[in-house]
Amino acid sequence: MGSGDPHGMHNAHAQAAGLGGMRAAGDLVARMQMTRGMRLPEAKQYVASKLGVTPFDLGDTATMTEVRNEFGFGRIHSYAISHPWQANFIEAKFNISRVLEVPILCVERFKERTGMTEAPTAH
Amino acid sequence: METRIPTRMGDGTIARLTKSEIRADVEDGVAQAVRRAKVPPLAAGEIDHLVDLYASPAKTVGVDLGDEIVLSCDGSGMKTHATREQDMQSYEQWMGADLLELCPGDYSLKVVRTILPYEAQCLHDALLSTVAPMQYGVMPNLGLYAKDDGPCENWSALLPMGRIAEARAAAEEAAEMAVADAVRMADVMFEAGADAIDFDTTGASGDPEFWATLRATEVIREKYPDMGVQLGMAGEFVLGMHGELEFKGKRLAGMWPLEQLHVVQEAGATMYGPVVNVNTGKSCAWNTARACTIVKPCMDEAEIPVHMNAGMGVGGVPMFVHPPGDAVARSAKAFVDILKVDGL
Repeated sequence: MGSGDPHGMHNAHAQAAGLGGMRAAGDLVARMQMTRGMRLPEAKQYVASKLGVTPFDLGDTATMTEVRNEFGFGRIHSYAISHPWQANFIEAKFNISRVLEVPILCVERFKERTGMTEAPTAH
Repeated sequence: METRIPTRMGDGTIARLTKSEIRADVEDGVAQAVRRAKVPPLAAGEIDHLVDLYASPAKTVGVDLGDEIVLSCDGSGMKTHATREQDMQSYEQWMGADLLELCPGDYSLKVVRTILPYEAQCLHDALLSTVAPMQYGVMPNLGLYAKDDGPCENWSALLPMGRIAEARAAAEEAAEMAVADAVRMADVMFEAGADAIDFDTTGASGDPEFWATLRATEVIREKYPDMGVQLGMAGEFVLGMHGELEFKGKRLAGMWPLEQLHVVQEAGATMYGPVVNVNTGKSCAWNTARACTIVKPCMDEAEIPVHMNAGMGVGGVPMFVHPPGDAVARSAKAFVDILKVDGL
């Protein structure tokens, strides 16, 4: 789905059919699709099993906000809804990589470049 | 006297049709798909569902709770309203994007070659301040490799002169250059930490471009098995600009979505995006029915996620710069309910 006119394209699709990204678990399911080639039912089941929820819950912001909070997966934030004590951005991706048991390339690069791990041998 | 219901044409304008006229459009859209793409028709219940969907006067519609899908959000990092990094943060934080895409404004592979370090630096930095998976997106746009824009002879100019062998050789030369550029781009984006590469509007220059993208995908996935490749198409049918190119023994020219899916999977892509182009002179009901029918055979055989293209001018979404939300929502619901797509 292209972005183009964000209101006409993205918002309309998101309201009609979207998993909600970080508002729920859309980013987590997307990650399993785009890096592991999992089809939707498999990706939803995989993520749900790792988080201890049902596939239905993955699109529910009320459920997933609490789950994301619990696992440190990053949340929607603003000045009005701040939670600086929780993991966000690259920190959250460390937690997502660990819990979903899937390597995240920028997390791996982060580890190498901060001396947490050694760089892999060249391909 | 049947009530006339406001619905949309493929150019986005309002058309007031009766339910009988909408049914006739849906049935004709299915029939046209069967005739052109040699695919089975939709089932009677599926046709009824599409008729009800487009005969509804509701401003918007949606899938059932629990049936939500992933949105691929191509082009979300394209400097729409702020910097590209800020645009992606907005998509993530305000608009609930499931994934993000950094891309150059021109969006062409060849253009990236000279600005690759800058692009990779932007992606590297953006990855530190976002959570959703991020891909780097380009369109292969093989035409830019031909004179006057590029170094190769112009096959589109040679073909009308009957210089077929020279045209084919030029297209093959360009395709090899595109593969080298795509792999080089992936090398650098892997080092920057990209989650995936997105080849968008693949095949716009016909079978040589499709071949180049398949070959690049194969190389990239072999080198970097943890980095995904999304391969989205430009049209419903692969144009035979060369005509004899094959991938793993399969002739690419003339492929429809099911055959495209097979070679995309063989190349190792992690996501496939079929396209069905919109006929602006027909209603959205007609276009969506035709799109569903053409792509449906893919859904049973897909081993990777199928993200139906549902943007401006494709997949039942009007060819209009500001797509009406009612038409966009109907195409999304149709593809989820009828096709069980993995994403859009």
